[in-house]
Amino acid sequence: MSAVAVPRRRRSRRRTAGRVGWNALALLVFAVMVFPVYWMISTSFKTGQNILRDTPQWFPSPATLANYRDAMDRPYFWDNVKNSLIIVCAVVTVSIVLAFLAALALAKFNFYGRGAFIVLIIGVQMVPLNALIIPLYISLSRADQLNKLSGVIVTYLTFVLPFTVWTLRGFVMGVPRELEEAAMVDGSTRFGAFMRILLPLVAPGLVATSIFAFIQAWNEFLIAYVFLNDQEKQTLTVWLASFTTSRGTDWGPLMAGATLTALPVVVFFVLVHRKIAYGLTAGAVRG
Amino acid sequence: MSSGPGGETGFPALTAAAAEAAVARRRRRVSRQGVTRGLAPYALIAPSVVVIGAVLGYPLYLLGRLSFQQFGLAELILQQGPWIGLDNYTRLVHDRQFWEVVLRTFVFTFVNVGLTMVLGTLIALLLTKLGTAMRLVLTTGLILVWATPVVVAVNIFRWMVDFEFGVLNWTLTELHLGDFLNKDWFADPLTGFAVITALVVWGAIPFVTITLYAGFSQVPDELVEAASIDGANAWRVFRDVTFPLVKPIFVILISLSIIWDFQVFNQIWLIRDGEPEEDYWLMSVYSFVEAFRLGEYGFGAAIAVVMVGIMFVATFVYIRQMIRIGETR
Repeated sequence: MSAVAVPRRRRSRRRTAGRVGWNALALLVFAVMVFPVYWMISTSFKTGQNILRDTPQWFPSPATLANYRDAMDRPYFWDNVKNSLIIVCAVVTVSIVLAFLAALALAKFNFYGRGAFIVLIIGVQMVPLNALIIPLYISLSRADQLNKLSGVIVTYLTFVLPFTVWTLRGFVMGVPRELEEAAMVDGSTRFGAFMRILLPLVAPGLVATSIFAFIQAWNEFLIAYVFLNDQEKQTLTVWLASFTTSRGTDWGPLMAGATLTALPVVVFFVLVHRKIAYGLTAGAVRG
Repeated sequence: MSSGPGGETGFPALTAAAAEAAVARRRRRVSRQGVTRGLAPYALIAPSVVVIGAVLGYPLYLLGRLSFQQFGLAELILQQGPWIGLDNYTRLVHDRQFWEVVLRTFVFTFVNVGLTMVLGTLIALLLTKLGTAMRLVLTTGLILVWATPVVVAVNIFRWMVDFEFGVLNWTLTELHLGDFLNKDWFADPLTGFAVITALVVWGAIPFVTITLYAGFSQVPDELVEAASIDGANAWRVFRDVTFPLVKPIFVILISLSIIWDFQVFNQIWLIRDGEPEEDYWLMSVYSFVEAFRLGEYGFGAAIAVVMVGIMFVATFVYIRQMIRIGETR
């Protein structure tokens, strides 16, 4: 008995010691990874004096909202918030509608060219946007769409649409065909089964995909930076560059502005990242 | 289209799911109709195909055509450029700077992908050693980093390495690692690229870690235990048991990382305030400067074509792996 118990206890003690070590290491990794985000938020609440100190201040005390007021009072802030929202909403609406149709085709039908379409959808997501910006710029300048939100909206479809098709396909595949068939056996039309069975079940997937599309469009910088010349036409990511002038950078207001820009994205991302992974896994392991 | 390291909010989640499925080695059986249902599916994909053709297909074609043209500011106004055959490419081949930029881009990609994969793997292995609570803490931190927009991250790093009041110089000096007071990290491209690499790798680690962890957690415990009982050390267990099982995930992650790190632009452009010195040019920056600063759209397009060609190799590996694990059935 004891001969067995002793090594076991020793082993578990060693395991506990190991656990403490791993936890300590995990805390260190956590601290290093999260520090930059913490530093942004903490700086955004500091007074100007405490930001420009030889010895950095770790906690903002006294805390102030002056940087946020400064950032929001800057010229074009609200214009640029509005532009970001207009562009993002238009891009998300168009892509979700188009992508949902394509996702239905991919998930519910077997047709000639299906495989090719899927490879196309995956492949085009790998084409670098930096490489396409020259021809896109020339096309838009020919179409007289430079410096217009509509031009940027169309351009954003290049990276939002393929990804949306691919994601939604996973969600549609996650809905068991049997449910629809059961509804049709019970006298529902194909359209009725779609409206009453498929759509409600895919709805969470539609929401999650929309939010992911929102994040991608919201974060985009290069196209907005090149295609929109007037400050009042620009988006929030471009607006952040306006804090740096020849006289230097206003770090406090910049960090406040960066926090404001990141906030909707972080909130949305935390809400849906599991959902997206789940939806696709559900689609992937079914069967 | 991927949005680059740190900004890869969309596609990775799918890859993570695909990767999990790969390890589970479960093949999805698509419920198929068996027969083609007439024109319905074509009508459904038609709008997407048209839009993708218009916003991606046509620009790609135009990019190729531009690279064979003399296309500058005058041609932009005339909307027409004379055909000059391979002149842009000939100029490229004889351009010393181009080869420097290509070499720099390769080294940059290699270092960034390497660091991302090594650190991502180590943190993923660390996650498997943790209890539920601690794992949740670390995962939450990683997701917070993952969610941070690239443009925001660049500004944070710019502030942290500020030569006068940056927290980095102060910390390094306090740690007695040398005198870092008023050190301008960007004066020397080597230390400048160290900062840019830190920024890129920091942003890319969460995706790699979380995807790999999803894969590791699918490896049956019995296999690992059996190997340990047989006397294999941790490294042998990883090399001979865990790694072969999650290899498809590694292939996907490495090819995606190569694709993303090869086209890094925003980080360099923004951290140098929109005027990166020549020592900081990667291929994407070089192409952009030629086109939009010097008005040499044709020459810039030729550089971009070379970029697309190089990336095609990584893309090919990626797509082949996706098909192999059955994600595209």
